[in-house]
Amino acid sequence: MRHIISLLMENEAGALSRVSGLFSARGYNIESLSVAPTEDPSLSRMTIVTSGSEDVIEQIIKQLNKLIEVIKVIDLNDGEHIEREMMLVKVKAGEAEREEAKRMADIFRGRIIDVSDQSYTIELTGTVAKLDAFLAAIDRSWILETVRTGASGIGRGNRMLRI
Amino acid sequence: MELTGAEIVLRCLQEEGVEHVFGYPGGAVLFIYDEFFKQDKVKHILTRHEQGAVHAADGYSRSTKKVGVALVTSGPGATNAVTGIATAYMDSIPMVIISGQVPTPAIGLDAFQEVDTVGITRPCVKHNFLVKDVKDIASTLKKAFYLASSGRPGPVLVDIPKDITQHKTEFVYPESVSLRSYNPVTKGHPGQIRRALQLMLEARRPMVYTGGGVILSDAAGELTEFVEMMNFPCTNTLMGLGGFPATDGHFLGMLGMHGTFEANMAMQECDVLIAIGARFDDRVIGNPEHFYNPSRKIIHIDIDPSSISKRVRVDIPIVGNVRDVLQDMLKMLSSSREHCNPAELESWWKQIEEWKSRDCLKYDRGSAIIKPQMVVEKLYDVTEGDAFVTSDVGQHQMWAAQFYKFDKPRRWINSGGLGTMGFGLPAAMGVQMANPGAKVACVTGEGSIQMCIQELSTCKQYHLPVKIIALNNRYLGMVRQWQEFFHGNRYSESYMDALPDFVKLAEAYGHVGMRIEKPEDVEGALREAFALKERLVFMDFITDQTENVFPMVPGGKGLNEMILV
Repeated sequence: MRHIISLLMENEAGALSRVSGLFSARGYNIESLSVAPTEDPSLSRMTIVTSGSEDVIEQIIKQLNKLIEVIKVIDLNDGEHIEREMMLVKVKAGEAEREEAKRMADIFRGRIIDVSDQSYTIELTGTVAKLDAFLAAIDRSWILETVRTGASGIGRGNRMLRI
Repeated sequence: MELTGAEIVLRCLQEEGVEHVFGYPGGAVLFIYDEFFKQDKVKHILTRHEQGAVHAADGYSRSTKKVGVALVTSGPGATNAVTGIATAYMDSIPMVIISGQVPTPAIGLDAFQEVDTVGITRPCVKHNFLVKDVKDIASTLKKAFYLASSGRPGPVLVDIPKDITQHKTEFVYPESVSLRSYNPVTKGHPGQIRRALQLMLEARRPMVYTGGGVILSDAAGELTEFVEMMNFPCTNTLMGLGGFPATDGHFLGMLGMHGTFEANMAMQECDVLIAIGARFDDRVIGNPEHFYNPSRKIIHIDIDPSSISKRVRVDIPIVGNVRDVLQDMLKMLSSSREHCNPAELESWWKQIEEWKSRDCLKYDRGSAIIKPQMVVEKLYDVTEGDAFVTSDVGQHQMWAAQFYKFDKPRRWINSGGLGTMGFGLPAAMGVQMANPGAKVACVTGEGSIQMCIQELSTCKQYHLPVKIIALNNRYLGMVRQWQEFFHGNRYSESYMDALPDFVKLAEAYGHVGMRIEKPEDVEGALREAFALKERLVFMDFITDQTENVFPMVPGGKGLNEMILV
């Protein structure tokens, strides 16, 4: 099953490689991983999307907690949470595609953030599934380039990850 | 007054009470070595290879509980140390390894003797650091010693670039250290302990299974008291030997792949299993699916939450320091009047006695060729069970574990997790350095001993009178045994040809060598060797080439599927 794990760790050189090294050494999946400093610059917040049986997820969380620089780990799937990912897609936008590409961007509440005579760059935000749906909905041959941030997640309401 | 980074390193070691550092010099650590030269509080032991230095520091730590310290240079110094570091990591041994690094401005430029030591060692250390500012040396070393020895112990590496050892700063050694991201537990949850006790008291077929955690947390006394009080049977893993006295009637011997029939059967058939500081690894329980028994409940005490429910689902986990948890258990037990049903226990013990009568460790005592088991038994007699015994890896290791009855913790020193051949001799040097005057035996094979044989030179330099017991069967015996059982007797590359004359080799290094070829000479030779208190004696025992280690649980099988003699 797919799980989205959030963690806070010391914002130190090499911390990211300890996490990625743990996943590769123990054969855990990483679907996506995103990391950036928090409002407290001494902390980094990481979101890892992974999959595995309940036993594997339990081990992943325990092993992450064992890393010396990791301060707190939560499995967002344990409660209500919100998940977002951002994607930039460059699509063909010549005579033939221009109208349709604009319409698709609108339907998915995307914004066109760069325009040339042959292409649009569309910014889309949503759940991983929504971004996947956009890519599935437009003509495959129109897609020139995609870049995705990986998912970020946060608990709903009073559910918080902080030290 | 400002001190250089190198001076600070030495001052930190002194502050930590370090008496011995095992190491090997090189370009990146020259300033640190210069400081060794200028003081006499911390003694440096020059090994002949960095692997030897780390194993020696490891043996030193295992026999004393002190943090072992090794010092190596950058590049090949660090890579040579990796096997030693991984060995310590797998067995949770507290160590601090200081490695030199090329000067900060050269990092990343493929400088001479540059290697990404922090990157290479990351998966086999508890934690590691690259020091980038001389001001951080003291606090980093303080953290390193704290991390190495607290919680579940392990090796910590501190990589120090050469220029940092030259820079100067004010020296202040922090009195204490706290890390917001690291708070190891000690006490177990009282509710969980109570639940565990309740389950134990209801047990009809209880079994205590303990590992290296009992040794590491110095809980042998508490464990013994607990087992005696409950009248439960007890088994130890390879790493746990000595955690419970082997000569005590409650002891069923070692369990696992080469465990005793009675210990393995009791593990399989018990209804309440109390696992203490052990981790259900593959060499201990075999195939977890075969190990599974729906009528058995498991209590697991361990300091590391990630060891719990990793290979085997447990019913009552207790996260905590083994010693603290056992002390709390003993307190609760002594204040309650409850006991297990004595009739049930008696019939369980009767079953165990029946398994014991299978005499699974029997071997041909009348053999005209030296049987390796007999050498270990004689070693036990001659040393009156009071030696420190280190070993390498293979058949000799299993025979030493099966036949030397360890009554005290920290006496059996071997590479259990990583299974590192070449560990025995350097580890024995560390043990002897930490325990001058003690009897130290290294039980080894003609294969393993050659992996770190150069350390005979170190033993000469520092007058370490280790007794090397080489069980020489001219085979990589454990490999040969597997090939006999599972590969149609095709002894691919497991035969040792062109062996050196170990007697002459020992003599060439300035030691005493003996070759023993007849069973009747074994005891006399051992007595003679141990009487040479000041000398290292290399005893080359020419043993039966075809002897196998029994019982054996084949890979992928369950504990009750042993091959027996």
